[in-house]
Amino acid sequence: MKQFWFAFILLAITKIASAQECTYTLKGNVTDYHDGSPLFGALIQLIDTDVEAYTDFDGNFTISGLCDGTIQVQVSHPDCESIVKLVEIKGNTTTAIKLEHHLEEIGEVVVVENSNVKKTNSASEVTINTATIQKYSNDGLGNALKEISGVSSLNTGGAIVKPVIDGMHSSRVLIINNGVRMQDQEWGVEHAPNVDVNTAENITVVKGASALKYGGDAIGGTIVIDGTQPIAKDSLYGKTILTGVSNGRGGSVTSSLFKTKENGWYYKGQGTFKYLGDFEAPDYVLSNTGSREKDFSVGFGLRKFKYGFNAYYSFYNTQIGILTASHIGSVGDLANALESNTPLVVNDFTYTIQAPYQDVTHHLAKVDFYRRFSKLGKLSIQYDFQQNNRKEYDIRTGDDRNKAAMDMMLNTHSLQADFNFDAYKHYKFSAGIAGSYQKNTPDANTGVRRLIPDYIQYNLGAYLAAEHSISDNTILDAGVRYDYRHLDAKKFYLKSRWEERGYDEDFESIIIGEENNQWLANPVFNFHNLSATLGLKTYFTNNTQLNANISLASRAPNASELFSDGLHHSAAIIELGDLRIKQEVAKKVSIGYAKTTGNFTFNVNPYANLINDYVIMQPTGLQQTTRGAFPVWEYSQINALLTGVDLSLGYQIVPTLKYSTKAAYIYAEDLDNNKPVIDIPGTNWSNGLVFTQPKWNQFEAGLQWETVFKQNRYPDNDFEATIPTNNGNVTKTIRISEPPNGYGLLHFNTQCTVNWFRKSDLTIGFSIQNLLNTNYRDYLNRQRYYADDLGRNFKLQLTFKY
Amino acid sequence: MKIIKHSILALVATISFVSCSDDDTPQVINEEEVITTMNVTLTSGSQTVTLTSQDLDGDGPNAPEITVSGNLAANTTYTGNVELLNETESPAENVTEEVEEENADHQFFFISTGAIADTDYADVDANGDPVGIDFTLTTGDAGTATLQVILRHLPEKDAEGVSDGDITNANGETDFQAEFEITVE
Repeated sequence: MKQFWFAFILLAITKIASAQECTYTLKGNVTDYHDGSPLFGALIQLIDTDVEAYTDFDGNFTISGLCDGTIQVQVSHPDCESIVKLVEIKGNTTTAIKLEHHLEEIGEVVVVENSNVKKTNSASEVTINTATIQKYSNDGLGNALKEISGVSSLNTGGAIVKPVIDGMHSSRVLIINNGVRMQDQEWGVEHAPNVDVNTAENITVVKGASALKYGGDAIGGTIVIDGTQPIAKDSLYGKTILTGVSNGRGGSVTSSLFKTKENGWYYKGQGTFKYLGDFEAPDYVLSNTGSREKDFSVGFGLRKFKYGFNAYYSFYNTQIGILTASHIGSVGDLANALESNTPLVVNDFTYTIQAPYQDVTHHLAKVDFYRRFSKLGKLSIQYDFQQNNRKEYDIRTGDDRNKAAMDMMLNTHSLQADFNFDAYKHYKFSAGIAGSYQKNTPDANTGVRRLIPDYIQYNLGAYLAAEHSISDNTILDAGVRYDYRHLDAKKFYLKSRWEERGYDEDFESIIIGEENNQWLANPVFNFHNLSATLGLKTYFTNNTQLNANISLASRAPNASELFSDGLHHSAAIIELGDLRIKQEVAKKVSIGYAKTTGNFTFNVNPYANLINDYVIMQPTGLQQTTRGAFPVWEYSQINALLTGVDLSLGYQIVPTLKYSTKAAYIYAEDLDNNKPVIDIPGTNWSNGLVFTQPKWNQFEAGLQWETVFKQNRYPDNDFEATIPTNNGNVTKTIRISEPPNGYGLLHFNTQCTVNWFRKSDLTIGFSIQNLLNTNYRDYLNRQRYYADDLGRNFKLQLTFKY
Repeated sequence: MKIIKHSILALVATISFVSCSDDDTPQVINEEEVITTMNVTLTSGSQTVTLTSQDLDGDGPNAPEITVSGNLAANTTYTGNVELLNETESPAENVTEEVEEENADHQFFFISTGAIADTDYADVDANGDPVGIDFTLTTGDAGTATLQVILRHLPEKDAEGVSDGDITNANGETDFQAEFEITVE
């Protein structure tokens, strides 16, 4: 399998040691222990020298300039356990090396940007590696992923950043954190993933639903976060990253320590602490946007070739202030905010966080076992438990002042078993079953009616996937998955709402109680979802790779789409879910074409995603309340087409200078109403120039110009409202629809690595984001109505590796 | 393998235990902070007129019901008082008391058109700025009028005109808003 690896930057490089008069050559071949397939990208290092080489696509490597004698060779591969081998050089010598690869996913292949943990055979996927992730140590997952063409973000201010893959987010994007599917109330647009990006070694984004092992409902895509893989040798290592930023006047510290033993045992620990005050736009303080984060994780395990286990626990806690000016009480307030060019509340800078703010805690515990059966494959069993507690504090009065307005507790237990059949040379199969139990318990003491009701949910899923090498250069893959979901909720409805929704006609039988003006209803749902994928990847000899994939994905509606029922403060809208929402079904076709010629790398990925019963929210009218009229937005279903292209290109101008560019374009149409789909990111285009000089302490300096064009395709949801003024009422058009203008941002980044300390490396990084202090607002920032986005930010980062 | 087997058994047991632990009925929540009702009492001598805006389902779909108990007399000064209630609770919670306790953070605005000549504040908060729980209303010549009463939370009372009752620069967040149609005779 590994022979198909496609690397952008990493072509086999051979450095030659300046030895004496030694002229002999070592030629070798590195293959997979199981099926004998050649391993591409394995690193061969001569111990105690700086001589190294990488294997090519056929697993071959060459090291020349050797003398007679015995040398010690370490062979490592990102997916394999490293080995050390003694090789006797006697004239020109050849050797054969077999490696055992220990990371098995559904057909891990293809690599972009050097990284090596492939999740699918033929779907479009991109991995970002440690070096990139480290730069975002202080910025979080959502910002780190924007490095990938086609990934943007949905923000609520500067600290709540949700990844958007090809125009989709929230429940349509699965996040797999250390093998565990995150259950962190991801349905909410203001709920950022509860993941500490500093726990990640690699992050892979699979666009579309082809990574069936993780779930069949990833209509947007799957984000797979992998932690550090232990190696079987006696070692103690770690790193600490200190980051200080000017915008927010704070920073973060993260530290990790890893202890590994030759007998396969390992122990690891990691912690992050982050403290930021108010962010600042170019012209003013964004009041009440401070944030805090406290995370830690611990793990241990035993990793043998034949069997092993891992145990892992992580804790994540964050408090995030919500821009004071975005908290409004009526459409009149919204009209005032829209008319003002600056936020209506601007206070002096402070570290203090006041209401409204979020306080979220996530616990994740998992344990997994694996056992390898000779001539068959590997069995893995995993149990995980997650507890997500989300508290949202609102501006309240009187006795309730310090009480959370929302306090939701989501507990999830999951058990899964996977079997990877990898003993055959031309076929690989994997199969698995997974079950989970989830319970949502909102605290009744908040004094605010629940946004998401009490519910219990069971999921049961099974998948089967296969890969077949039909020739040396072509791999075919196919997979199918079935998921069953049983959802049993208990929700209080205002009687007036119950009738307005027409539930008195359709759902009369589910009423199980009555309290004053509220009905207690017991909606029970059963969803059967089918997902499938079929694809092909082929590698041409001229360093070109083509992959094509079609997938079918089904997603059951989430709790928000079914049950939402109330006022959304920062948007001044009443959001209504609907018990009649069915699952949505997506059919996606994607093609990936990648080519490397000389100094030039190119990757283009067009796709089309046709989604039936796509769940959207759209305005349906106005509703009178004691705070005036509010627009009502209801969840409804349409047929939609999301199609676009993601593009990236790199050109090594001279060995020290590299130009790279990436762009993403999406066209999204509501096919039922012939109008654009809301909240689709505008075309973005980013250009970067990086100068690197390894001789100057691995000096690197880069400039990046990020352009986001105005989204001109948007549905018109403007509405008329009566606004009280001192001269009586006036009618105004509330212009909420038109996206903000496009913008361009310049970023600067530089770093170098010094060896001032005997046993550790220090990387010093300095960067300036939004160098020109440009004022801008982004269409996918929910606070764009109220304030400009972030101004210039100086960042200093020290990374110690030891 | 023995370890694996035992662990799986333990996990299954844990899950079954958790799954079966409870199936209780959630507790009803009556919205604590919702203001359902505003009663504006206008008194002059022995005449009392009450203006009421009542919306018992809060943010629910039903619109507020507006009632005006009678007509006002022309060219007369009335003593006004605003009462706010949360009638989803039983007995109804008097929200005016909360506004009074946090009077520096609240202000009522009275916007009138037609046959109402003037409205004026008759109370002050801890900082000497107006609140509007007590106010006066002076009618003009006979005709029709509208009176809009708006409660703002965290207004900028120092902003220009705000302490005179001009809402233009008040900002803050709207807690309650009602409009009454009144006949002056």
